Amino acid sequence: MNPGELLNVVFNGVLAGMILLTAGFLLTSRDFLQAAALFIAFGLLMALAWVRLAAPDIALAEAAIGTGITGVLLIDTVRHLRPTPLPPTEGPCRRRRWPVLALALPGLAAAALALGLLVAVFHLAPPDSTRAEEALAAMDYLAHPVTAVLLVFRGMDTLLELGVLVLALLGMLTVRGTRSLAAVGMVPPDDPVLQGVVRVLVPLAVLVAGYFLWLGTFSAGGAFQSGVILGAAGVLLWLSGHRGLDHANAWTWLSLVLAGFVVFLAVAAGTMVFSDWALEFPPSMRSALIQVMEVSAAVSIGATLTALFIGLHRRPEPSSRGTPS
Amino acid sequence: MIEAYQLFAALAALLFAGGFGALLMQPHLLQKIIALNVMSSGVFLLLIAIAQRDAGEFPDPVPQAMVLTGIVVGVSVSGLALVLVRRIHRETGRATLSRAEDEPQDEETHE
Repeated sequence: MNPGELLNVVFNGVLAGMILLTAGFLLTSRDFLQAAALFIAFGLLMALAWVRLAAPDIALAEAAIGTGITGVLLIDTVRHLRPTPLPPTEGPCRRRRWPVLALALPGLAAAALALGLLVAVFHLAPPDSTRAEEALAAMDYLAHPVTAVLLVFRGMDTLLELGVLVLALLGMLTVRGTRSLAAVGMVPPDDPVLQGVVRVLVPLAVLVAGYFLWLGTFSAGGAFQSGVILGAAGVLLWLSGHRGLDHANAWTWLSLVLAGFVVFLAVAAGTMVFSDWALEFPPSMRSALIQVMEVSAAVSIGATLTALFIGLHRRPEPSSRGTPS
Repeated sequence: MIEAYQLFAALAALLFAGGFGALLMQPHLLQKIIALNVMSSGVFLLLIAIAQRDAGEFPDPVPQAMVLTGIVVGVSVSGLALVLVRRIHRETGRATLSRAEDEPQDEETHE
C-alpha cells in the first residue's frame, strides 16, 4: 500500500470516528443550544463524508440545507422554547413502573437494529450496471449526470418534492395560525454595519445562485443548491429588517412559492400531449424546457425556505393580520 | 482490507440505529426531531456508499439524485415538525411527549 492510499484510509477512519462521536454527543445532549451547535458540526462532518464518497452535489446540499436551514430553524426554536426549564433527567421516567425495562427495551431494539444493519451492509447484493452512461447518452445538453438523472429519469421526484415544500409551508401556516405570508416583518436593528453588509451580500448571493444554476448543467450544482442560497439570502434580508421584504404582499409570496410547482405541472401536462408520458421531453424543446424548470424550481425553493423561516415569526406591531394568540 | 464504502456503510448502520434508539428514549420533542435527522443521514449515507461501490466512470447518479431530493424533503419535514413543537409548547407549556399525569402542569405563561 503506498502512502497516499494509507493516508486515505486513515482519513476516512478518523472522519467516520468523528461523525460517530459527534452523533453520540448530539443524541444524548440535554442542553438544546449545545445540541443545535453539535447538529451543525454533525452536518458539516457529513458534508465531508459526501465529498469522500464522490458526491459533491450532496455535500453542497447538506452543508447548505441540512445544516444551514435546519440548523437555523433549530436554534430559533430552542431560543423560542427557552422559558421552560428542561425536565429533570429522572422526570418523565420517575413514576414508570418498569424504569429498567423502559430503558432496556429501546436500547436492546437499537442494538439489535445496529447488528442487523451491520450484517446487511456487509452482505449487499452485487453491483448492477450503472445508469450513469445511459443518463448521459439521453442528454445532449446536460453534461452532469446527477442533474441529468434528476430531470430525465426522476423528473417526477423533483415535481413531488416541490409539492412537499408547498405542503410543508401550508402545514406551517395552518399550525401557526397565520393566513398570509405577508403578515411578517421585523424592526431593523440599528446597526449601519449590518445594513451595509446585507446590501453587499444579498446581490452577491443572487449572483452565486445563478452561477450554481448554470454550473448544474455540467458539474456539481443545480436548482437545489441555487434555491438554498436564495433562501439564505431571503432569511438574511429578513433578519436585518430590510424593507425590501415588506413590499412583497401575499400575492407576490404566493406566486414565488408556487412558481416551481406550477411550471413543473404545466410542463408535465404539456409533455403528455407531445410524448408518451409526463415529463418526457421532445428533443427539440428539451434544453429550453429544462432551463425554465430549473430557474423556477430554484426561485420557488428559495422563496419557500425563506417563508418557512420568517413565517414562524409574527409582526411585532399590533397591526398583525395573523390570528391573535 | 475494508473498503471505503464498507466503512461508511457501517457508519450509516450505526447512525440509523443510534438515531432510532434516541428517538425511542429521549423524551423531549426537539431531541426526537434531531434523532430523526440523524436517522435520515444514515439512510442517505448508505445510499451514497452503494453509489460509490457501483462507480464506473462516475458514481451511480440515481442514488445521488434520490438523496438530493431526500435532503429537501427532510428539511420540509423538520421545518413542519419544529412548528408543531412550538404550537404544542404554546398550547401546553411543555415540549415533551409524556402523559399529562407524569408531569405537573406548570401554569406560567409563555409567549
